[in-house]
Amino acid sequence: MKIRQISIFLENRPGSLSALCRTLADAGVNLSTLMLSEAGEFGLLRIIASDADKAQTVVEKAGYAATTSEVVAIQVPDKPGGLAAVLTALDSHQIPVEYMYAFAQRSGRDAIMIFRFGDLDRAIAALKEAGFGVCGAIDLF
Amino acid sequence: MIPHLWNDLEGTFFPESALDYMPESRLREVQLQRLRAVIALSYEKVQLFRERMEAKGLKPADVRQLADVCQLPFLVKTDLRDTYPYGLFTVPMSEVVRVHASSGTTGKPIVVGYTAQDMEVWKQVIMRTLYAAGFSRGDIVQNMYGYGLFTGGLGLHGGLEGIGATVIPISGGNSERQIMVMKDFGVTAICGTPSYFIHLIETAQKMGIDFKRDLKVKRGVFGAEPWSDQMRQYIESTSGVQAFDIYGLSEIIGPGVGAECECQDGLHIFEDHFLAEIVDPKTLEPVPDGTEGELVITTLSKQAMPVIRYRTRDITAFETSCCRCGRTCRRIRRISRRSDDMLIIRGVNVYPSQIETALLKTEASLPHYLIVLTRKDGLDQLEVRVEITGGMLSDNVGAMEQLQKRFSRSIEQITGLHATVTLAQPGSITRSEGKAKRLLDQREIPN
Ligand SMILES: [Zn+2]
Repeated sequence: MKIRQISIFLENRPGSLSALCRTLADAGVNLSTLMLSEAGEFGLLRIIASDADKAQTVVEKAGYAATTSEVVAIQVPDKPGGLAAVLTALDSHQIPVEYMYAFAQRSGRDAIMIFRFGDLDRAIAALKEAGFGVCGAIDLF
Repeated sequence: MIPHLWNDLEGTFFPESALDYMPESRLREVQLQRLRAVIALSYEKVQLFRERMEAKGLKPADVRQLADVCQLPFLVKTDLRDTYPYGLFTVPMSEVVRVHASSGTTGKPIVVGYTAQDMEVWKQVIMRTLYAAGFSRGDIVQNMYGYGLFTGGLGLHGGLEGIGATVIPISGGNSERQIMVMKDFGVTAICGTPSYFIHLIETAQKMGIDFKRDLKVKRGVFGAEPWSDQMRQYIESTSGVQAFDIYGLSEIIGPGVGAECECQDGLHIFEDHFLAEIVDPKTLEPVPDGTEGELVITTLSKQAMPVIRYRTRDITAFETSCCRCGRTCRRIRRISRRSDDMLIIRGVNVYPSQIETALLKTEASLPHYLIVLTRKDGLDQLEVRVEITGGMLSDNVGAMEQLQKRFSRSIEQITGLHATVTLAQPGSITRSEGKAKRLLDQREIPN
């Protein structure tokens, strides 16, 4: 149910993102999703790869500071109010979202969103109870 | 000697160290006698010293008690450069069995010489240094100080052979080989600079070697650069190596001027060979015991090149209490900084060691960092670049910004200056394998 995400520290300067992407491509790591959040002079690049172990090894060997965390992939109905429904379900259980972003692929008619929570298990239970689909690695890759 | 006393000590007593415990009154007598001899020798043989004494209207006979040393002229580093190479030698070169030289970053190096007796004294003070740190025969010691003109490598080497340890004269550099040797040769003790050893701890981690589990290194003596108690805690907790501070400088003898004992609470000066004073670096007047000032040293037994009242530029203070170890020779506090690496930023005196302390207060381990000084609109700007490690990283941008703020706040609390903290990718700050280079001063000095 939980998906492994790798966050990589990058300095916000020309070429730093492309250098990392080249490193991953050269090592044959397939990225399913890549999301950059910036804060001034640095950024965190979050990646989800089908082979998370390999991605992590490649990144660390190349000398990057990286950390892994678990996230949840949720099927969000692709219609107006789809995301709002998910958030309402979480709010009703008072489960805060640390951050979220869109997964590159879709699942049938639904969009997939990646969510990071402080308490993943509680969030998964709440979402399932509200009838939302939670994707495992098998569904995604 | 009383036999049962020897038995009680169970081989922990070493004859060379007996001088560390000399009754204080006797120690002062020895110092005065030697001081008068070294002044007479220098006055006779060293033109520079004689001229300065004459300028002050002083004769060697004017030194009647130890306190009279305060009237004597100082010697500074540039004097050693000006008399390059042998101008301060008091013996013919046929008596000089060894020379060493400091690395001259600007201009000519400083040359120091040793007679055979000086070499013996040097060996003895290093042996006392090593015994104080718990080294003994049976230790396999990796000496990572540089061999060659620098006094560190060969200086420690002589004393290590003196105590009967197995010496591995590996010198500095080639970090992976250092770790390999440490492991394969069963190294139990090490000598080197603290910053290089911290670099080695990281190297071992990268090689998948756990210091505590895979290596047998139990103790180390570290010196040749100022370091902090936080660095000691880091070294001891991550590597399990008990870290002892040692003190010395080439101009005096090299390593072996002072050393920490098992109490790790200040460095005992080997006072039978070195007369230490602490003076206010501005007024050059002695400061009361316990007050910080610049350490000034007179060699009491050196023959080839005695130095009188050498200004070390090292800032320290005398410890006022007696050491629990029972040694009678006085202690100085760990050298936290040098009077000449002081930075003046927006009029505030800042030492790079303060930045280090601030970083260590925020993170348990010392990250690689670089202090960058620039000037914008006539105002000094302090930037501290800090390399991120996997351990510091969070997947949350907000948490990283918080870390940045904590670094910045800690620097401000300690130095009183606002600092811009920049988080940098690992490996982006240039490493040096010897003394750490932590400063990039890009301010233009107005003429
Ligand atoms: Zn002691």
